[in-house]
Amino acid sequence: MRLFECILLLCLIMCAVSVAFARDLLTSIIIFMSYSLIMCVIWMILQSPDLAITEAAVGAGVTSILFFLTLKKIRAIRKEEQDEQEEG
Amino acid sequence: MSRRKDNYETSRWLKFKKWVDGETDLLSIGMEPEVPVSSEGKERRRDLARRKAYDQELIRLSAEHADKTAIMKARSIRYFQKFYKVMSVVLCLGIILVLLWTVASLPVTGNADNPANNEVAARYIEKGLQETGAVNIVTGMILDYRAFDTFGESCVLFIASCCVLVLLRLDADSKNENIRKMIAESDDRHFEPKNDIILQKCACVLVPVIMIFGIYIVLNGHLSPGGGFSGGAVLGSGLILYLNAYGYDRMSRLFTEKVYKRTTLCALTFYCLAKSYSFFTGANHLESGIPLGTPGAILSSGLILPLNICVGLVVACTMYAFYTLFRKGGM
Repeated sequence: MRLFECILLLCLIMCAVSVAFARDLLTSIIIFMSYSLIMCVIWMILQSPDLAITEAAVGAGVTSILFFLTLKKIRAIRKEEQDEQEEG
Repeated sequence: MSRRKDNYETSRWLKFKKWVDGETDLLSIGMEPEVPVSSEGKERRRDLARRKAYDQELIRLSAEHADKTAIMKARSIRYFQKFYKVMSVVLCLGIILVLLWTVASLPVTGNADNPANNEVAARYIEKGLQETGAVNIVTGMILDYRAFDTFGESCVLFIASCCVLVLLRLDADSKNENIRKMIAESDDRHFEPKNDIILQKCACVLVPVIMIFGIYIVLNGHLSPGGGFSGGAVLGSGLILYLNAYGYDRMSRLFTEKVYKRTTLCALTFYCLAKSYSFFTGANHLESGIPLGTPGAILSSGLILPLNICVGLVVACTMYAFYTLFRKGGM
């Protein structure tokens, strides 16, 4: 269990650093999502399941969706824009 | 009298009334003095010639100093960039050092003499079950002892969604051409009906499970981990998934702007009526008169269950409203 915790914490730090260094905004949001998921497991290990549920729903779910929408609004997701143009 | 009536068509009052109604422009009816348009071409030409000469002089002068200033400028910018990088690294390291130092001087985790282990926490842990009737002691705390704080939190969420509404809302009645164009651009309805079969089949399986899980978290808030906020967030993400899979037409059968307004208003008002007395009693507890019931039963612990439902509704509606507002500026 101790080893598992250490691996999770290492992954957490790696995610936190690589969010800042990711070139693509889309990639950094997905890394941020995985950061939230790891954090959710860590809350579970720290015996606070209510925080884990909230982290999974808000941190990994709603926040990332809002980030995606904002990126789409400011046209930072290029591939999707091209797809839209092909459709329309 | 008849003369006046004849003049009414051109009277100032009529013009003023039209202006108030927004029918005419002030400039077009001559109520405001027009900006005089200079028609003397001669003077203009002279001005232009003078400016041209001035510009040439300026260019000649600046060309002499250009080399010197350019070198100076480039050098200063380079110095500044170096200074900026060094200072940002120093500042970052300084903040890290301060934070690590603070963490190092915190008391040991789990120590009995920590300042966090005072009589408040002891009271909550020892008498929480008796006084609130909630098995989940966290919910007992935030919805009974500290219910007024939770009321503030749900109000913050409501105000945040109102601000997003003010900032991102696109008004269909607007006379501005650009806004209408933006509405047409952001309206996703012309991609509907959606026929993404993979997404629809997944949503068909997932949405009921997510919704039931959310309702379970909200209703069981006083018995098991969770509560209004987390359950509401789960419900909201279920609504967003349903919207993505099936589109606005099917969503509007269940959830429209009117439903959003009424639900949020009712939930917040009920919460306010149920708990705002503690603002006047100095955050003290009052007897609600509702029997606490047996701990562990679903209908127990007094007001906590209805308050949980209220918070869950507010949070679910707010999450969904955030999504639709960000996506196309309307519900």
